[in-house]
Amino acid sequence: MRVYVEGIGLRGPGLDGWAASRAVLVGAKPYLPAPASIPASPLLPANERRRTVQTVKLALAVGAEAFEAARRDAGATATVFTSSGGDGETIHEILKALATDDPELSPTRFHNSVHNAPAGYWSIATKSHAPSSSLCCHDASFAAGLVEAAVQATVDDRAVALIAYDLPYPEPLNSVRRVGAVFGTALILAPRANENSLAQVDIEIAQAPGKATPVTHPALEALREGTPAARSLPLLAAIARNAPLTLSLDYVPGLRIELSLACVAALAGDDRGREAHRAGPW
Amino acid sequence: MQPVVFSHFCVVTSIGAGQAATLASLQDGVSGLRRSNSGIAPPSLYVGEVAGFDEWSLEGDWAGFDCRNNRVAAMALNQDGFLDAVAGARERHGADRIGVFLGTSTSGILQTEIAYRQRDLETGMLPANFDYARTHNTYSLGDFVRRYLRLDGPSVVVSSACATTAKVFGNAVRMMAAGLCDAAVVGGADTLCGTTLHGFRSLSLVSDEPCRPFDAERRGISIGEGAGFALLEKVAGGRDRRARVLLLGVGESSDAHHMSSPHPEGIGARLAMERALAAAALTPGDIDYVNLHGTATPVGDAAEDRAVSDLLGRTPCSSTKGFTGHTLGASGIIEAIFSALSIVHGFMPGSPHTRTVDPTFRSRYMVEKRCTSVDRVISNSFGFGGANCSLVLGRAG
Repeated sequence: MRVYVEGIGLRGPGLDGWAASRAVLVGAKPYLPAPASIPASPLLPANERRRTVQTVKLALAVGAEAFEAARRDAGATATVFTSSGGDGETIHEILKALATDDPELSPTRFHNSVHNAPAGYWSIATKSHAPSSSLCCHDASFAAGLVEAAVQATVDDRAVALIAYDLPYPEPLNSVRRVGAVFGTALILAPRANENSLAQVDIEIAQAPGKATPVTHPALEALREGTPAARSLPLLAAIARNAPLTLSLDYVPGLRIELSLACVAALAGDDRGREAHRAGPW
Repeated sequence: MQPVVFSHFCVVTSIGAGQAATLASLQDGVSGLRRSNSGIAPPSLYVGEVAGFDEWSLEGDWAGFDCRNNRVAAMALNQDGFLDAVAGARERHGADRIGVFLGTSTSGILQTEIAYRQRDLETGMLPANFDYARTHNTYSLGDFVRRYLRLDGPSVVVSSACATTAKVFGNAVRMMAAGLCDAAVVGGADTLCGTTLHGFRSLSLVSDEPCRPFDAERRGISIGEGAGFALLEKVAGGRDRRARVLLLGVGESSDAHHMSSPHPEGIGARLAMERALAAAALTPGDIDYVNLHGTATPVGDAAEDRAVSDLLGRTPCSSTKGFTGHTLGASGIIEAIFSALSIVHGFMPGSPHTRTVDPTFRSRYMVEKRCTSVDRVISNSFGFGGANCSLVLGRAG
């Protein structure tokens, strides 16, 4: 499957947006891990921002950033959300309440507990009636989401937004399921190149043995290993480098995802178009 | 889209384990809704519980996966000769060419609810034997079923609330179209747990009586549980000539309206049905029967009535939630299987517990079963977050 990456959103420790992170990912600037900052989403009205849970904030922030860069209409684009788990704080509060003799759940907390809560908020915020799927594949959730988004882009012949996110759980869940850091990324994938294309990516499922491609920087590599959504880092670093490269992601047992990146010739070394972009359609 | 053979399937709900028991209940109008004895729901509440799932406790190599959700899944996989059918498909296609695309909304969260009640009084830690990855995690079901069926193809779990096990048909069809697999196991399981029982009650969406879909006096859902799985295969090559049902179309949409309430005009529901018809290259007049989402909430039924009557006019329709309750994330596959049984056995199910159809509704809702030839069915599944999916199933040949 061949897809073109048109726009990227990124939030993680010391990674404040794609534009600011590119130099870090190519090693031109030092990586300074600091707690991830999640900007208030321009997609949500002020009263919604307050009650919105972290997973939703993170997914909406990286999604909005990617759409702005790709200059695509979020209201008309299919989405694939993927996460290794739900909203930790919400689930913890529900589980705590259910352990009491007379459980009372908050309705808002309940609807925020569903795995597709970010997808629901996204479609409301962008007024999108386009299809949306919310996936989980445990540690391989990013790879599974990338496969599904690429399949949709090629089979349905249209752009698809992949939005991957994970956050650490509070205790006691943290002790049974360790997620290293807050990390979210979004990639707009399209079946054809256009003036916003950042990279051409060929995606194959292979039965090859071997290890997932690491990232060079030790702290970023620890982030990749510890946080399922950060398994995207080798791909993001390769796109930032804008050089032909092959790399491998872990998938379900026995299978790997092999990625071949090629530069988009017309754009190689030319960022002027992207730097000058205006605000997105919303 | 290219039609896909809906070649084998298995099902477990409160109305029976396996196709024969399920068919008998659907044809005889026997509901599975009873006052709860699970210990999970308050005893006054009517729920659709699966009887006998405890006999499917997972032991030995499977012990880490042991939880109510995976037990009900295992129970379903052992019905209707499904394991043999998958073994045959492994022979025909190769284990690496069969994908596993499943859905669940609850997964095994009940196991974590139990673990939270057993937290260490001093440290607050969960019991040492609690296995998050193989019970609570949403992919637990996919990991379990893929191993249980000894399949090596691509896999993922979709968790888009109550539309999820309808949406997995879309994942499977696309993966086959992309050439990443030649066959797929789709379906899933959802089971009773405190999270959904108390969560839906907090929204005042749970009825204090057995649910009455499309009734003028409907008062909300009854929660059910169940599991179902289907083997999908490409029509070309490896086609099982005994197959009698095809998946003709899948349509997905988003409401873009509200997190826990459907668009009042049924805009997303209508879009899903229109897209499923377009994928099937059919028109509304080609549809004989609609298996509705019809959960018996005041707003949900009204929105679906509007969408169905606007698009399909007086096409016969009914909801089978009065039989099973709302099996949440499993309702898509369960009702796709009910729709397949309608086609194979020539009947449209009635609607237990529904007495008087809402007089303001315009669709042709059937309270009583009808025995008639059924060639093409739309099955609707809608969920939280405004996730909608419609399937078109049709008679093969």
